[in-house]
Amino acid sequence: MSGDGGERTISVGELARVEGEGALHVRIRGERVEDVRLEIFEPPRFFEALLRGRPAADAPDITSRICGICPIAYQVSACAAVEDALGIEIDERARALRRLIYCGEWLESHSLHVFMLHAPDFLGYEGAIEMARDGHEQLFQRGLLIKRAGNELMALVGGRSVHPVNLRVGGFHRSLRAEELRGVTETLRRARDELVEAVAWAGGLPFPDRVLQTEYASLRTEDDYPMERGELYSSAGDPIGPDRFEDDYLESHVSHSTALHSRHRERGNYIVGPIARYSLNFDLLPAPIADAARSAGLGPICRNPFQSIVVRCVEMLYAADEALRLIDAYEPPPPAPPLEPRVAAGSGWSEAPRGMLWHRYELDADGRISKARIVPPTSQNQAAIEDDLSGLVQASLDLPDDDLQWRCEQAVRNYDPCISCSTHFLRMEIDRRD
Amino acid sequence: MRERPRPKLAVWKFTSCDGCQLQILNLEDELLVLADAVEIAHFTEATRGTLAGPYEISIVEGSISTPEEVERIRAIREASSTLIAIGACANAGGIQALRNFARLDQTLSAVYATPEYVSALESSLPISSEVEVDFELQGCPPDPAQLLEVLGAYLEDRRPRISSRSVCMECKERGNTCVMVASGTPCLGPITHAGCGAICPAYARGCYGCFGPKETPNPPSLSAWWGRLGVSDADLESAYRHINGFAPEFADEAATIAGRDREGQT
Repeated sequence: MSGDGGERTISVGELARVEGEGALHVRIRGERVEDVRLEIFEPPRFFEALLRGRPAADAPDITSRICGICPIAYQVSACAAVEDALGIEIDERARALRRLIYCGEWLESHSLHVFMLHAPDFLGYEGAIEMARDGHEQLFQRGLLIKRAGNELMALVGGRSVHPVNLRVGGFHRSLRAEELRGVTETLRRARDELVEAVAWAGGLPFPDRVLQTEYASLRTEDDYPMERGELYSSAGDPIGPDRFEDDYLESHVSHSTALHSRHRERGNYIVGPIARYSLNFDLLPAPIADAARSAGLGPICRNPFQSIVVRCVEMLYAADEALRLIDAYEPPPPAPPLEPRVAAGSGWSEAPRGMLWHRYELDADGRISKARIVPPTSQNQAAIEDDLSGLVQASLDLPDDDLQWRCEQAVRNYDPCISCSTHFLRMEIDRRD
Repeated sequence: MRERPRPKLAVWKFTSCDGCQLQILNLEDELLVLADAVEIAHFTEATRGTLAGPYEISIVEGSISTPEEVERIRAIREASSTLIAIGACANAGGIQALRNFARLDQTLSAVYATPEYVSALESSLPISSEVEVDFELQGCPPDPAQLLEVLGAYLEDRRPRISSRSVCMECKERGNTCVMVASGTPCLGPITHAGCGAICPAYARGCYGCFGPKETPNPPSLSAWWGRLGVSDADLESAYRHINGFAPEFADEAATIAGRDREGQT
């Protein structure tokens, strides 16, 4: 951090407590914020190129490796896209089992973010271990217990929690027996109890004032809070199916950042992820969950990104309940149908913990992928995060530099950006104008 | 007893998915114990606090795929007494090393409209291609219990007890029915390094080699078995060129299969 003559530059060279590698640059001249850039220096991994020539059945295992934190999101979206291409109708029981393992991923990913990555910002610690050692061990242990419940659920249904192996195009490799699933109910119940406390705790944290007007986008269904399926709803337009995504939304190369940003072709920036999902689907939360949210100070729409930590707790409470419900109603799915190769294209999506994740594949006559396109949540949020930060800094100019820097980092972490999921972020050029 | 200063532990990320680091956080019960046994000097997935080197132990996740990463791994090696590489990316270049079999310019233009902005090496390489590595723990992701064993071993100044046998042995221990014998499902278990606990066969699918080659594997023999199950050469080649496709034992067999296919066509 440096500054003289009314010029302040905030530079966070290595953003901590985010998944992957990112940096943040803010330039202030006098009373004016001139430039805010969220820099991604995650090395490119070229997944869309690697997928070319691979058997379509490999898509879930390969794209899982884009993110170790949300592998199920990649596997479910990949399966949905290939199933769409090959005209496979997924069995309802298999869909329910996908939803169950997805609940595990929401618990695992959200608890990691809430208790280990984000809570230290609100309580003033460098990290979760420092936080635990300084009188917050109970909070830390609560986080671990919830995270363990998510991991156990993923490991039970998927074989392991990081890069699970049981999902496949058309369903699952192995259908679990109902009594196997019941092995995790006790852990889930304990996690649920802790989550009731966690929602109340999060609601009591100090939130900087902030109101976003940005467009929200999330999947939505008629029946339940969105995870493994739905249409894309927006706070500003009509719902669309996954086949329309590329028509309406554009990943473009913006001159100031050289990163691919996803924007609506007409309406511009938008936000995906917990606050958008919650605000567009509040009516689908069961009454006890909605009541818990209200008691924690949330309305039916959340416009303050700092409250995303409360929304994540509410979503975890929902995921724990939903998992218990799904286990109760569980019927083993039938074996997955064989894949019949044909020239085809298809798209699919799901609600990753960080927001909507879209895949599209073109397949050749041998059943191999000829073209792949993946749009992860972070590339959709990046432009909106920069806008949010710009407004936030403008409104917080009276803070001393150190506090302003911390506030900015905290604001980036509001979005839980998963930078390793940047399948195609570009290197950024640093603007050195005086 | 005299208090020894706690050794400094640093966790470094290169080109990767963060899943290996997550396995450290997934140690859960042992996490605070570990944090007491060592001084966590650098671990950006966990804390914004960071301490300067030298480090007693550095754990490295990810492959070397950019010019900056070459410089960075050299500096980390310089500052570290012990360097442990974890995961398929760090030990074999990872899934992104599939691009090593294609030309970089073609890979770039498949993803980016303006490839000149992207800085990348011609290949995605294991950590050992640039610096000396003290221990390689395989797996995509590595197993948390094995991670703990390796860390414990270096803290106690002994060799880690990590078996170099195949997934087949773990399958027997777990009491799995052999998927290849019983249902004709192609499986890489006979040539794949143990450590996962034979998860895939336990979930009724063949091993896909995410722990990489075991010591002294015999891929040509396994390829013949797969051939008898009706697997095409194209699918065999894809099976070897997967998560650990750039590991020499798998890469060589894939190249042999691709070569004999080309000969067959002429």
